[in-house]
Amino acid sequence: MTARPRIEELEEEIVENFSLFDSWDEKYEYIIDLGKKLPALEEEHKKDENKVRGCQSTVWLVAAYKDGLVEFKADSDAVIVKGLISMLIQVLSGHTPDEIIQAKLGFIDRIGMTTHLAQTRSNGLAAMVKQMKNFALAFKLQNEAAKH
Amino acid sequence: METLTRSELLFDVDSIREEFPILKRKVKGKPLVYLDNAATTQKPLAVIEGLTRYYSEYNANIHRGIHSLAEEATAAFEASRDAVKEFIGAAHREEIIFTRGATEAINLVAYTWARKFVGAGDEILVSGMEHHSNIVPWQIIAEEKGAKVVPIPVLEDGTLDMEAFQRVLTEKTKLVAIVHASNSLGTINPVKFIATQAHAIGAKVLVDGSQSAVHLPIDVQDIDCDFFVFSGHKVYGPTGSGALYGKKALLEAMPVFHGGGEMIKEVSFEKTTYNELPYKFEAGTPNIADTVALKFALDFVKEIGKKKIHQYEQGLLAYATDALEQIKGLRIIGKAPEKTSVISFVVEGVHPQDLGILLDNKGIAVRTGHHCTQPLMDRFGIPGTTRASFALYTTYAEIDALVAGLERSIKTLL
Repeated sequence: MTARPRIEELEEEIVENFSLFDSWDEKYEYIIDLGKKLPALEEEHKKDENKVRGCQSTVWLVAAYKDGLVEFKADSDAVIVKGLISMLIQVLSGHTPDEIIQAKLGFIDRIGMTTHLAQTRSNGLAAMVKQMKNFALAFKLQNEAAKH
Repeated sequence: METLTRSELLFDVDSIREEFPILKRKVKGKPLVYLDNAATTQKPLAVIEGLTRYYSEYNANIHRGIHSLAEEATAAFEASRDAVKEFIGAAHREEIIFTRGATEAINLVAYTWARKFVGAGDEILVSGMEHHSNIVPWQIIAEEKGAKVVPIPVLEDGTLDMEAFQRVLTEKTKLVAIVHASNSLGTINPVKFIATQAHAIGAKVLVDGSQSAVHLPIDVQDIDCDFFVFSGHKVYGPTGSGALYGKKALLEAMPVFHGGGEMIKEVSFEKTTYNELPYKFEAGTPNIADTVALKFALDFVKEIGKKKIHQYEQGLLAYATDALEQIKGLRIIGKAPEKTSVISFVVEGVHPQDLGILLDNKGIAVRTGHHCTQPLMDRFGIPGTTRASFALYTTYAEIDALVAGLERSIKTLL
């Protein structure tokens, strides 16, 4: 069994990718590309209860728990937001609830996304992170309840 | 030799831009192209320096003090009332009540006039293109009173369905609260005609002038509306300034809004009597500085001349409409024959938020979203639009920059 990469390592990869870009245009093109490549969420998941609040665009997020690891799937009607989610999934998917809950996600700031996106949109990003951590917490509690 | 006044000179957008320092700044390393004027306009030096002058030279509390500073501040504050009266063509200065803006002015009418004069079973008509500020206050009072808020439908081209208006206007209607010019679509509504029809069945009319005051000559006596509201910050003035106009007899019949200083005549624990108009509705220390500076904004507009501004902006609107319609997949929402210089649009396969982000990256400020008109967005079956709104300092070159920016952004996104 190969060792799973740590969240910090995955964050570092993204930061390195972004360091290759000279301009914001290139950064956005990359994010848009990620957004386009993220597989669309199945229609059955695109319902109100899976929506993440706090964003100008619509974001759907679902999570599954298998063999102690959390897998995220998400979609959005806006492609830049979808690209941002794609990075979050890249970093957080496939980790244990505890790892996800403790993730600092410093990469968001290091690639300039917190300062570059306006307050409201940044809150959208914050809302996504919060929702992902909430899922991890729910799986953790479920786990603990099952043990007792 | 006779000197020409500024309004007699040709419209010189370059020299006008010189008076708006913010237009010189850069955003994301590119020259700012500010096309979010329907949200708020930028401020000319006359306003910026006027505010500084007020705080540097004659700041004092008004109406009560007998010292020189208080007299100067009071005179400036009341001069602003005269300026507003003239700006909207009111008959009497005491018909002008200063508020924080249009929203507060509408709420004032809702919480005083409507609370007293609207009862169970009554109806308040609004249009399907109202800003939430001209819907929610009426819903609050309607719920309290057992009355109903009824929308006048909007047609596909973004004009009001005037046939439907005739049907929903009934003897139950107590008030028609209608936007003069739509913030989302630019549609200019036939408010004078609406007022005539409403008055014929005994209903009152409130006109929301938030978007019209900056673009159109306003004459409240000609419109014959009972109430008119506008925000100073959308007319090149400071945020937190604005006014309610009400016909004198109506304002006199209305109960007071906020209780406090300034609005009283005599206070005792047995019986308090209230001040006369307009002070009856201006409790507490008002926003003196911003209200004083509102006059400088109105003077600035007056000096250039509303007609000339309107003419120039209509040129921008026509030019931008033509140019935007050339963009493949772009659809303009709201094609009323009479519009202010506002263009809302959607692009097939492109989310407005994505466009907004990429345009901002090019220094171009537009608004994306539902523009606080969710019922209107529902009417067109869209979650939101991208909106470009022009002001007297907008240039044709900026519209070219918008079009080029859009073309590049759409290419990146699709």
